[in-house]
Amino acid sequence: MFQYLLKRLCLAIPVLFGVSIVVFGIVRFIPGDPAQIMAGQAATQEAVRDIREALGLDRPVPVQYAYFLGGAVRGDLGKSIYNGAPVREELGQRFPRTLRLALSGILVSCLVGIPVGILSAVRHSTWIDSSAMIFALVGVSMPLFWLGLNLILIFAVRLQWLPAIGYETPQHLILPAITLGLGSAALVARMTRSAMLEVLRQDYVRTARAKGAAERRVVNYHALRNALIPVVTVVGLQLGNLLSGAVLTESVFAWPGVGRLLVEGVLTRDYPIIQGSILLVATSFVVLNLAVDLLYAFLDPRIRYE
Amino acid sequence: MSDRTTAGVDGVAKEAEVRGQRYRAAAAIWRRLQRNRGAVVGLWLLVLFAGAGAFAHVLSPYDPYFSNLEASLAPPSARYWMGTDELGRDIFSRILYGARLSIVIGSISVAIGVAIGVPLGLFSGYFGGRFDLISQRLIDVLLAFPGVVLAIILVTVLGVGLVNVMIAVGIVSVPSYARLIRGQVLSLKSREFVEAARALGANSGRIVFRHILPNTVAVLIVQATLQIAAAILSAAALGFLGMGVQQPTAEWGAMLSSARQNIQLAPHTLIFPGTAIMITVLGFNLLGDGLRDALDPRMKL
Repeated sequence: MFQYLLKRLCLAIPVLFGVSIVVFGIVRFIPGDPAQIMAGQAATQEAVRDIREALGLDRPVPVQYAYFLGGAVRGDLGKSIYNGAPVREELGQRFPRTLRLALSGILVSCLVGIPVGILSAVRHSTWIDSSAMIFALVGVSMPLFWLGLNLILIFAVRLQWLPAIGYETPQHLILPAITLGLGSAALVARMTRSAMLEVLRQDYVRTARAKGAAERRVVNYHALRNALIPVVTVVGLQLGNLLSGAVLTESVFAWPGVGRLLVEGVLTRDYPIIQGSILLVATSFVVLNLAVDLLYAFLDPRIRYE
Repeated sequence: MSDRTTAGVDGVAKEAEVRGQRYRAAAAIWRRLQRNRGAVVGLWLLVLFAGAGAFAHVLSPYDPYFSNLEASLAPPSARYWMGTDELGRDIFSRILYGARLSIVIGSISVAIGVAIGVPLGLFSGYFGGRFDLISQRLIDVLLAFPGVVLAIILVTVLGVGLVNVMIAVGIVSVPSYARLIRGQVLSLKSREFVEAARALGANSGRIVFRHILPNTVAVLIVQATLQIAAAILSAAALGFLGMGVQQPTAEWGAMLSSARQNIQLAPHTLIFPGTAIMITVLGFNLLGDGLRDALDPRMKL
């Protein structure tokens, strides 16, 4: 187990290295003089020069990269061009909010997806099964941001049950979490269904039934536990979609997280903010994927630590 | 030396038979597809979508860019079937032109993804070694960014606009093709027919393009169909964020972006473009699932 952990960690390092090059490259690859673009069209020569010096853009590229990497490793990501606040502080404030949203999204996708999938498998080829699968297909085909806007229209504008924007209270979390989780819930439901159908055909399930175990026990105890492994895989694979979805969800609900910060940064051309938020999102994505892989190895002893 | 001159008359007859077999196989796939209710529904949805896009100039009652400020945000009526937007433009006409744009976005970005991803996967899987190692690490780096975030990075560097959106969405899909094809190649290259071709003296190019590539077409078709759906969703998301196709272009995501400002006054501006996206994406998803079952029921994708 320890060796496996070590090996996975070693594989993650070149990836993070590549990520840092991409993030560094964003400012390098934009057409034109980055300092001029950041300063704006109306900026004086001096303002442009100040930015160039502040960002070290007058030094050779490898040196710039070394400074960038050195800063990033120490958590120094520069200052926002827009309001001068240190990027690290901004990210530190917002990251927990994005995390809260993402976790609630996963919760919704499991709480909706797994029961729907089980029901669909147990009632295979009935109207319950087909309507659940139609729900799942519509769920994956719906643009997530459109779902969010519809939820705002119904529950905030018309019924006025829940707030549309803001993040202070738990009520504020409900609509964003549903928006983020429902698409993954559809995928989780499909996976749970097919895994359950597979498992319910196995000999040991027949044995459990033959020895007189109640159907509820057969489903919940014998079948579900083995069907959950591929479901955990799908939930793990959904992490990327959830982070993508968080960017959109945060924009719909004006949720002040890292995703919203990234979008605002792009729209205002605030490059330190863009670099910082992308670095944070990509790093946490790599770390989360690593954690999911380790979790499988822990959950399913049949997975070998090679 | 070409096959035909050496093989002579027997070869021609054999070729005709191979063609017959292929035709029968295609007919069998088509029959299986027709028996799949979901796939048929998907196909019809796509016919509707393609028809709307292709004949947008004939079908739309108004110019999609003509703004009638007196009728801004008008609700659906006999005059404006789906109402008007904040500038008094006919939403129905804009949705039809949006369908045309989505056909272009979906097909070109999938073409970009296939054109980069498939050769990458083919060579990576067939030759292995250092090329494989380097390209796999590059793909790992691409996969370290969640899809929308990668698209945002590319649009930040390339700039907004239709062409750059298609490039960005296409590049985001490269890893999925490269991984898929690489996996296929790895399992195909040790099969007997490939060894037979090698024993007969075929060079690498011939083996890759004549023997391996044709055998990956089935999974590729399924993947590409599902990817068109994903591409349309990503492009709409970029449009919604204001980083995609720009106003005043009739693009579904951008339409939703401006609908959001008027959500209280004019919910119809929100409902129709979103439904258009959903129906189109649903069509591709249904067809993709159906194709997978029809081409090879055991296909894992």
